[in-house]
Amino acid sequence: MTIPKLLTHPAAGFGSAALLLFAAAPLLLTDFRLGLLAKYLCIAIVAVGICLAWGRGGLLTLGQGLFFGLGGYAMAMHLKLADAGPGELPDFMVLYGATGELPWWWRPFESPLFALAATVLLPMAVAAVIGTLVFRRRVKGAYFAILSQALAAAFALWLIGRQATTGGTNGLTDIQGFFGYDLNDPVNQRTVYFVIAAALLAVAAGVRQLIHSRYGELLVAVRDSEERVRFLGYDPARVKLVAYVVAAGAAGLAGALFVPAVGIISPALIGIVPSIEFVIGAAVGGRASLVGAILGAIAVMWAKTTLSEEFPGAWTYFQGLLFVVALAFLPGGLASLVRKARERRSAAPDDAEDVPGAGADAAPAPVPASAKKPEGVTA
Amino acid sequence: MTELPGLRIRGLRVAFDGFTAVDGVDLDVQPGDLRFLIGPNGAGKTTLVDAVTGLVRATGSVEFGGRQLLGRPVHHIARAGIGRTFQTATVFEELTVLQNLDIAAGAGRGAGTLLRRRRSVPEPVTRALDTIGLAELAERPAGVLAHGQKQWLEIGMLLVQDVRLLLLDEPVAGMSQDERDATGALLRQIAEERTVVVIEHDMAFMRSFARSVSVLHAGRVLSEGTVADVQADPRVQEVYLGHAAAPAPEPREAP
Repeated sequence: MTIPKLLTHPAAGFGSAALLLFAAAPLLLTDFRLGLLAKYLCIAIVAVGICLAWGRGGLLTLGQGLFFGLGGYAMAMHLKLADAGPGELPDFMVLYGATGELPWWWRPFESPLFALAATVLLPMAVAAVIGTLVFRRRVKGAYFAILSQALAAAFALWLIGRQATTGGTNGLTDIQGFFGYDLNDPVNQRTVYFVIAAALLAVAAGVRQLIHSRYGELLVAVRDSEERVRFLGYDPARVKLVAYVVAAGAAGLAGALFVPAVGIISPALIGIVPSIEFVIGAAVGGRASLVGAILGAIAVMWAKTTLSEEFPGAWTYFQGLLFVVALAFLPGGLASLVRKARERRSAAPDDAEDVPGAGADAAPAPVPASAKKPEGVTA
Repeated sequence: MTELPGLRIRGLRVAFDGFTAVDGVDLDVQPGDLRFLIGPNGAGKTTLVDAVTGLVRATGSVEFGGRQLLGRPVHHIARAGIGRTFQTATVFEELTVLQNLDIAAGAGRGAGTLLRRRRSVPEPVTRALDTIGLAELAERPAGVLAHGQKQWLEIGMLLVQDVRLLLLDEPVAGMSQDERDATGALLRQIAEERTVVVIEHDMAFMRSFARSVSVLHAGRVLSEGTVADVQADPRVQEVYLGHAAAPAPEPREAP
């Protein structure tokens, strides 16, 4: 194996990513910057799901905030209850004058196991219900995107409207502990960072396996020609549902990990604007490419922090511009540029092997493949 | 091989907003037949195939091997052993020829198989690659294939799908003469094991390869029989008025 091939081998990719995340970043970054990176990595976990659902499955998931929020609130509810101590109400409820019992739907979250399972399973279950209804009815394209976004907005509004039990606009804030560890201690913050980095690698590995499985090929087929897939005897609704539910699970996990990293979850973090932010990173980096989506998400979040520090008001405009430019002029994202450059470099040796034509004897004589080059190839 | 099922259509009717595209069609296709459906533009040929494959709503009865197809979802009809192609070849352009065929072969796969990588080429896929003559191009993206090759790939997908009945919508449209002959030979070979129905406008192609012919006109079956029977039918000559004794090539229907 030549050195370039060794470098592009997936194991090498994961190895170097692990090296960067677990060795280089903690050594080079200050605690503050490492905390920011932890936050970015959460967004990257969402982007991994978006890469599968949107990049591979063509489902423009503009409402991942819903699932991010479900995961985040599930985690935050447990941490608030744990902070308050057994039998006590979370601080904000006391502040709003509640004296009685904990609301019934808060009670299961006293159990750490239930809460942990809910961070991933609850978003997946909600996605399964939504997906079944939506895909059966063959809602797709822009309608699907708008519907997704409306659901995220509706969830945020619902939370705001129930201040006494959800914390309302403030959300669930001031989270102090994480399963017995004090989050104010930098050492524990570092541990949270490591957990998030490990989760990102695990989710990326899982989604990578899906993309390269037969299911992944089928998903691309559904994206490109749903009707044709149906005539082959598949139900495209089920194929899409799997990608949508997996993406929701990833977003839920990301939301759950975001809470200990940042110490807060609120409607402003899960509504329309954040939902678009989740997608922009993947769009800029390359939605169909796993590496592109992850790096794109991190880069856009980093740019957001940097630019908001310099020009507080300008970020929103810049973000909108970035999205439009990426979608209109670079649909494959930055990853497609890298791919094109790589193809150009390897074009010369490849051409020698490509002898088109020559089929089996009894069969129709194939015509040489047309000179047309594949365009917009994504992998 | 087990007894091949036949197709039995009775009183089939398809209406769009008051316009009746298929108006009471009765049609029997015997197992192992190579049937051509011809007729002027707007005769209802493609709509008939759409109705059989569940793409449009229809009334009447369509039985395949004794099972009623009307009212069932498209993917169930496909699993009942009925496959079709479209006027414009629809292959998955970004996937390779091999991946296209592998997907066509896999409608019955369980979750466990789907979630794993493809380690080997399934035997029916290898066979189909040879039959359609694309073995050398197996690793090429389907998008770079020539037009005729895409049509063959579609037929190959129906073969690995192991359909009993192939409904082909203008399979030789846009092909060169050599490609037409090759396709005709391929259809003949396929019809030895399966039932084939071809919608075609190319009369020379029809004369060379049809085993039986149904002529559709204004949503009804006008005439049926061998190529000679149909050509001798005065009603058919009337429909194709201006083309002397025999139906002549027609301009192709808009897709």
